[in-house]
Amino acid sequence: MLLAVDSGNTAWVLISAALVLFMTPGLAFFYGGMVRSKNVLGMLMQNMFAVGLVSTIWAIVGFSLVFGDSGNGWIGNFDFLFLADVTNLDGDIPGMAFVAFQMMFAVITPALITGATADRLKFGSYAVLIGFWSLLVYIPGAKWVFNGWLLEMGALDFAGGTAIHISAGVAALAVILVIGNRKGHGDVPMQPHNLPLTVLGTGILWFGWFGFNAGSGLAADGLAAQALVNTHLAASTGMLGWLLVERWKGGHATVLGACSGAVAGLVAITPCAGFVGGASPLIIGFIAGASCFLALTIKEKMNWDDSLDVIAVHLIGGIVGTLLLGLFADAAVNPVIAENSSEGLFYGGGLELLKDQFVAALVVGVFSFVVTYAIAKTIDATMGLRVGEDAEYQGLDQSQHAESAYTS
Amino acid sequence: MKLITAVIKPFKLDDVKDALKAIDVTGITVSEVRGFGRQGGHTETYRGAEYKIDFVPKVSLATVVDEARVDDVVEAIAKAAATGKIGDGKIWVTNVDRVVRIRTGEEGTDAV
Repeated sequence: MLLAVDSGNTAWVLISAALVLFMTPGLAFFYGGMVRSKNVLGMLMQNMFAVGLVSTIWAIVGFSLVFGDSGNGWIGNFDFLFLADVTNLDGDIPGMAFVAFQMMFAVITPALITGATADRLKFGSYAVLIGFWSLLVYIPGAKWVFNGWLLEMGALDFAGGTAIHISAGVAALAVILVIGNRKGHGDVPMQPHNLPLTVLGTGILWFGWFGFNAGSGLAADGLAAQALVNTHLAASTGMLGWLLVERWKGGHATVLGACSGAVAGLVAITPCAGFVGGASPLIIGFIAGASCFLALTIKEKMNWDDSLDVIAVHLIGGIVGTLLLGLFADAAVNPVIAENSSEGLFYGGGLELLKDQFVAALVVGVFSFVVTYAIAKTIDATMGLRVGEDAEYQGLDQSQHAESAYTS
Repeated sequence: MKLITAVIKPFKLDDVKDALKAIDVTGITVSEVRGFGRQGGHTETYRGAEYKIDFVPKVSLATVVDEARVDDVVEAIAKAAATGKIGDGKIWVTNVDRVVRIRTGEEGTDAV
């Protein structure tokens, strides 16, 4: 049904789109500070390039395949090819505002993968990888979760815990299984070259995440304010949870730990942001910070060179948030829960929602793994996904882009 | 002519510079260097993983002086750079065959 355009809601969604866009360069700096100085431009480039490529794909076909009204819960259609006719969308904001907001989500999702594959992807192959990944993994997942069968089943995902963080986290694992570990991984120290950049990136991510979560209700209302506060509180206690466990286990509260814990809290609150209230965001963030720190050991045990811990932060953080929503979802915060789903276990809804959350996490995770692995294997067999040994030692900045980050 | 090279703790650079200025040494050249010696390195922790950092940051400084002044200069550097703790650094002296001041073309002691 076409409603009159609400100027307040429209303004907030447009601002939120800009905030979410800003997260991608934020992520670039978050990751860029953690790599070695010979790879920092390569990392920044992979993230910035996602803005250019994925936005283009989104305009041509992506939006239509997620939000085109095909009548089925699996995939959209071609009604909105090249963003034609989006003015006919439902709601009280212009269709184009919704397009812009959703576009920025599509952009940052494949960029999350770059943390795991740091320092060793061939640039051209990376471009092909995220192009196909957007089409074959992100688009179907986003359709199911935001506008399709998982939503209809009763699974809740306010801003993308499954379709974004679990999907990208699992994809990160699939790609590193194809490309292998960095040369010298485990033998030579590969410590972060510029943590101040990482702190800067964390600040930008935190700031942008207000648009990501508080914009996802597509309205400038009380729920947006609740989501914004939830987001902020979960980031805060995520930091505390990570630092406490880190200090207890390793003896120091580190700067990188504070940043990582905040991001872990932000990841976990993403699916919950508009569905929980009261003390829940504090608890969710804290559990996420502590459990993501403990999840760092997974990669060591498995000998996976998940270089910048996409699995520990995004996959585990995404799972934690998605499942905790099954405990903490509160219809008093958002009546949609009672209408289309069930409340969390702690709010009298029984195990129904927790089960749906588990199914959604599993389905999106398994789907992302299988398809991402197939895409990565195919690219690796045809054009080669990983740089040669010399190029890797030289660093991506010079070997892939013929540039240097730091010159005198 | 002698080249005096010293590798010292970075935070001692200003003390050494002041000590050399006080005895009228007319110039030094400073580089930031890394190295290992008996002091050993340190560990850093990133996301729970410990990294052993063997190379310690040091400052290397070099100055060319007339042979007669070598003992005074070495003594001034050693006194100013000393903390008494391991890792204070080293000083060594090498022969210099020729020195030229680029602007004037002066050579030898006149060029220092």
